[in-house]
Amino acid sequence: MTVDISGLEYREVNDIIRGEAGETVITGALGQRFLAAGTSGKNIKIYGVPGNALGAYLNGGRIEVFGNAQDATGDTMNDGEIVIHGNIGDAAGYAMRGGKIYVEGDAGYRAGIHMKAYRDKVPVMVIGGSAGSFLGEYQAGGIIVVLGLGKRGGRVVGNFPCTGMHGGKMFIRDVPEHLQLPAQVTARLADAEDIDGIREYIRCYAEFFGAGLESVIGHPFTVITPDSGNPYKQMYVAN
Amino acid sequence: MEKEGSIRIPSGCAIAAVISKEGKKIPGSLISEAMRPMHDRSNGLGGGFAGYGIYPEYKEFYALHFFFDSRTSRKDCEVFLKERFEIVKSEIIRTRKIPAITDEPIIWRYFVDPLKSVLWSMQLDPDEYVARTVMQINTEQNGAYVFSSGKNMGTFKAVGFPEDVGVFYILDEYEGYSWTAHGRYPTNTPGWWGGAHPFTLLDYSIVHNGEISSYDANRRFIEMFGYKCNLKTDTEVITYIMDYLIRVQGLTLGEAANVVAAPFWSTIRGKTDEEERERLAFLRKVFPSLLITGPFSIVLGFTGGIMALNDRLKLRSMVVGEKDDMVFVASEESAIRAMQPDAENIYAPMGGEPVIVKVKEGAF
Repeated sequence: MTVDISGLEYREVNDIIRGEAGETVITGALGQRFLAAGTSGKNIKIYGVPGNALGAYLNGGRIEVFGNAQDATGDTMNDGEIVIHGNIGDAAGYAMRGGKIYVEGDAGYRAGIHMKAYRDKVPVMVIGGSAGSFLGEYQAGGIIVVLGLGKRGGRVVGNFPCTGMHGGKMFIRDVPEHLQLPAQVTARLADAEDIDGIREYIRCYAEFFGAGLESVIGHPFTVITPDSGNPYKQMYVAN
Repeated sequence: MEKEGSIRIPSGCAIAAVISKEGKKIPGSLISEAMRPMHDRSNGLGGGFAGYGIYPEYKEFYALHFFFDSRTSRKDCEVFLKERFEIVKSEIIRTRKIPAITDEPIIWRYFVDPLKSVLWSMQLDPDEYVARTVMQINTEQNGAYVFSSGKNMGTFKAVGFPEDVGVFYILDEYEGYSWTAHGRYPTNTPGWWGGAHPFTLLDYSIVHNGEISSYDANRRFIEMFGYKCNLKTDTEVITYIMDYLIRVQGLTLGEAANVVAAPFWSTIRGKTDEEERERLAFLRKVFPSLLITGPFSIVLGFTGGIMALNDRLKLRSMVVGEKDDMVFVASEESAIRAMQPDAENIYAPMGGEPVIVKVKEGAF
């Protein structure tokens, strides 16, 4: 069904989403928070500007946004897929522990903050454009991929990426020499095996947003992991 | 009820701003309505607006907006004012009675001109004289509070949700070339009318989302220069810092931004442009006590323009968009789309990256 949510509160919208078994097409979104929060197995398309915490605690299903998303999209999501045909605000994928987020354009600050893996769950976030500062702050697991396509200001990532990183992997489509990374992580040029590990995610990105897979993947990537020999300790306080 | 001077207030909040670079007239209702999608960012304990270019017929005079507790406090204050100013016009600020806004104080507006003889004897320029007088009233005059004191601009604020405050003050009847707006979420106080944003001094106004952790360091420094942080809110001190840096010290807007949201030393060291590196280091060394730490996104309003700025860590959201000659700023894109559904070039400035928009010369 298609529903125009202009003027509706988020609770009313979520009631509609929960009551719909098939695809829900939402138009007229304007800042309603928590859309589809905690849902499983829904198929939702959103036109307009969904509010903060879109798909928070998402437990499966698919959300596709035809426009930009605001802050904390996919906060603590457990499963499912969020696809943003536009840019995404700050703290995207905050503490997500499963599922996938695909962003066509840029991400704000702190994308993937405290992302973690849990048993068989490995969260993935693919950012097509550039990412703001503090990318992957405190990342504990999962995979973050930044492609830097059409980046603003000439940089793929902002300042202080990987601050506090102690798990997971980050792939940045640039050479290691261009990145300023903390001493507690290890960065190297991704080899064929590394790339094979993210090929499927990049293929999905290319499919969703009409990018050329080979031209994206043919460029050097840097893979970053925590340096287990030099982990973060006493970063802010003695403990 | 305990007023805010005795308690410190951290706040959450929503901000928004709009400006026409051509100096076109924008009704206040536009920005008031833009606050609706961000309703949940506030809790009904404060909302407010600043409009620039709204008093063209009195643009030569300082527009003083007052909250008075009683008729007596107004009469007493008028005696004080008459010794210092020529009062060109004195009137109640018209409001709508609506259920959402209650317990309003007496809300009054004076258009004033400082007495030349007093300026002469005190050897002060009019701005400094008005700034000092505002500090004096807000510190010494019981039951009187100046919440707006610029020329050809005015602040309108109350306890309530911002969209209701806009209706209360009949903002659809004011037109200005720029507006800023705020919805407040104070967490530790009952919330008082004077504590709502924008905070202003002369024509500088600040709307602020966040809570700064450097408040006391900033306050101790700025109070050495005659400013009085009567309400103990972080936004008040930001307002005085901006007045001090820009009006008193003569810094440019960009320099003021580099002082309050100075880059980390490591970031400064990493600058390849030597002149830029030295400039940033100089500003940090000269004004270390005016570095503002902790989360903030602010919009500074001033005659002829606005400046939007995030803290250097960007701990609060802020987006910018534009359409034709109009530029929009808000905590959320939804508020920008509420003002202009077809807004273009929506982006989030980096932490500490000031966005300065000015009305073209002669158009305001």
